[in-house]
Amino acid sequence: MHPYAAADFLDLFAPLRPGADLRGRIVSVTPETKDAATLVIKPGADWAGHVPGQYLRIGVDVDGVRQWRAYSLTHGPRRDGLISITVKAVPHGLVSTHLVRESRPGTLVHLEQAAGEFVLPTSGGKLLFVTAGSGITPVIGMLRNLFPVTESGVLRLRRSAIYDIVVVHVAPSAPDSIFAADLHALADAGVIRLVTRYDDEHGVLDLADLPGLVPDLDERTTFACGPGGLLDALGAHHEERGLTLFTEQFRAARIVAGDGGRVVFDKTGLTVEGDGTRPILEIAEDAGQLMPSGCRMGICYSCVLPLKEGAVRDLRNGQVTTAVPGETNVGGALVQTCINAPAGACHFDH
Amino acid sequence: MTVIQKQQVNPIAHLTREDIEAIGRELDEIRQDVLDSRGAGDAAYIRKMIKTQRSIELGSRAVLLFSIFPPAWVLGTAGLSVSKILENMEIGHNVLHGQWDWMRDPKIHSTTWEWDSATPAEQWKHSHNELHHTYTNVIGKDNDLGYGIMRVDEDQTWHPFHLGQPMWNFINALFFEYGIAAYDLEVGATLKRSGTKGFKEPKFREQAKKVLKKVRRQVAKDYVIHPALSGPSFLHTMAANFVANTVRNLWSHSIIMCGHFPEGVETFEKRSIEGETKGDWYVRQMLGSANISGSPLLHIMSGNLSHQIEHHLFPDLPSNRYGEIAPRVEALFEKYGLNYCARPLAPQVYSAWHRVVRLSLPNGWLQSTNARNLPEQLTKLYKMISGTPRERRALQARLVQEARRAEAAAVAA
Repeated sequence: MHPYAAADFLDLFAPLRPGADLRGRIVSVTPETKDAATLVIKPGADWAGHVPGQYLRIGVDVDGVRQWRAYSLTHGPRRDGLISITVKAVPHGLVSTHLVRESRPGTLVHLEQAAGEFVLPTSGGKLLFVTAGSGITPVIGMLRNLFPVTESGVLRLRRSAIYDIVVVHVAPSAPDSIFAADLHALADAGVIRLVTRYDDEHGVLDLADLPGLVPDLDERTTFACGPGGLLDALGAHHEERGLTLFTEQFRAARIVAGDGGRVVFDKTGLTVEGDGTRPILEIAEDAGQLMPSGCRMGICYSCVLPLKEGAVRDLRNGQVTTAVPGETNVGGALVQTCINAPAGACHFDH
Repeated sequence: MTVIQKQQVNPIAHLTREDIEAIGRELDEIRQDVLDSRGAGDAAYIRKMIKTQRSIELGSRAVLLFSIFPPAWVLGTAGLSVSKILENMEIGHNVLHGQWDWMRDPKIHSTTWEWDSATPAEQWKHSHNELHHTYTNVIGKDNDLGYGIMRVDEDQTWHPFHLGQPMWNFINALFFEYGIAAYDLEVGATLKRSGTKGFKEPKFREQAKKVLKKVRRQVAKDYVIHPALSGPSFLHTMAANFVANTVRNLWSHSIIMCGHFPEGVETFEKRSIEGETKGDWYVRQMLGSANISGSPLLHIMSGNLSHQIEHHLFPDLPSNRYGEIAPRVEALFEKYGLNYCARPLAPQVYSAWHRVVRLSLPNGWLQSTNARNLPEQLTKLYKMISGTPRERRALQARLVQEARRAEAAAVAA
């Protein structure tokens, strides 16, 4: 309740200092393919480090609005303390397109500490990576850490000798495959076995072919990263054969706005149905719940509540606001309940 | 002014129901155009504004560490005054309105922002955003009409107590931030409702505690910590903070008086807002506010409250866009034959003060008084002060009649 926190002033000069909210400064942006780029970022002093295969959440302002997304860290820990993410611009992808096309060195971004269980087992062994499209990024992070690609060739570190790795990489076509050069360099050096499957060349991958592509499939632990469809199919496939599978999916299922929906208030436990024509405030009050409220016409902002997940529609102009866990602010998207109606299932932190 | 419903020529009598709804649609369109083009440029504006203000604040306070030297005192005090004005007007007021909530930046958000003012943001948001902006200029509902201590409309009943209002208005201006805090706390309303017993109500006590805590911190910052850091300049820095706070108070009080008190601004009966449509609400906002014309610097220093009309129509649009839509809004006034009340700062401040003085006296007293009948008028005034409410009402009726006659005579001549 103080207007001036010392941090606000220190942030003017040292946004990456210890004790500040975790941020990073973009050091360089290198195109990888025509729609993907690697961003090297200097993280704030409180960056706690990461292990290969982990991801981080990054907050960037797109058209002035703070957006959060998760991306794999593409390097293992680097000696210079920088971190990097590789982003593929997905069609209609607000943030990915912005990062690939608009981000400039020097820009400050917001970060969260690295997270993710999708990490390389330290005990070594026989592993299979199945990656699709940009799902290659966490795997590249692991491989680069095991087998650094230098100008004089691929380094063979003693700690990496205990790994026997096969990578099955799937992509729509060859040139679009990000990190293709790195993967081939590793395969040429003989430190991994690479199986590429390009849809335009080999047809869409049928999992029934997998044992043919990887003869010792049953001896391997599988790590898969890619779109939900592939991961689901692989899950079923592996379960049938009794194989171990670790998966990682970045893009949460898209939230599609509809008309009305079920509104759940997580703290009070109230669940109400809205038809999409009446504001959330009224529906909840009709159900007997106490709600913060004010002008009831969308001007005073006394009624805002955090939407943790779901979509709402502004009854004045039809504008849809969505909240996707992991992509919206940590606390959710604050929406005015007096002029927004549910546009799908909604969870409120109230 | 008199509530429009009682005026001889009601300024909106010529508007049909269809006109009013059409005005609503046209204003919605203007709002939508701003929403559609709102983006990175606007975000950059507010971030730069905040950065500039914080740099001025920091620089000025640093200079004031040496305020024992007169040039440092002058420079630091001037800088601190500017900083405090920007912080309250263009930044604090507008952030607390939720004008920048769309950026989803937790640091620049109406739910997290706190400002350099005695009143806690939470309480101000209730009395200002919710009550004043919803019930703008409705007699009996909008307490901003005189802040409960002044009579700023003919339709507010005169009481001898109001004779002192020019003085209170001036004192309120000097200590405006505390005036606002007391107002947001509803000190006056609580007293009126339940006397001093009201101060013991749990809700009042809880809120009063928050205000006192905020005031303590504010006082500590400006009058203890900063002076203490200045060492030998202790007293000079203390004085500098007092002057900067006073400058900011006087300035913001002047700007805010210009928003709803100048002549030409209309007020409304409580009954008239029953069943009010969005179009009606818009029209009430159009007629209930006044603008200050001037330079871009004036607009920024006034927190764009110089575009009070646009602000009241669209309280949650980013303040940097009010100037841009002002011509479209003014054209709409013209199209529907409504009065867009805008004057430069000096006449607007004069007009607002003139009203405070005029209405400190009973209705019609000033208009019906001239050099010749002054003794007689003073006697009348004395009777009104000392008389019973009933005698007062009778005398008031006569005064209004005489004022009308004087006016008619002037027109005839």
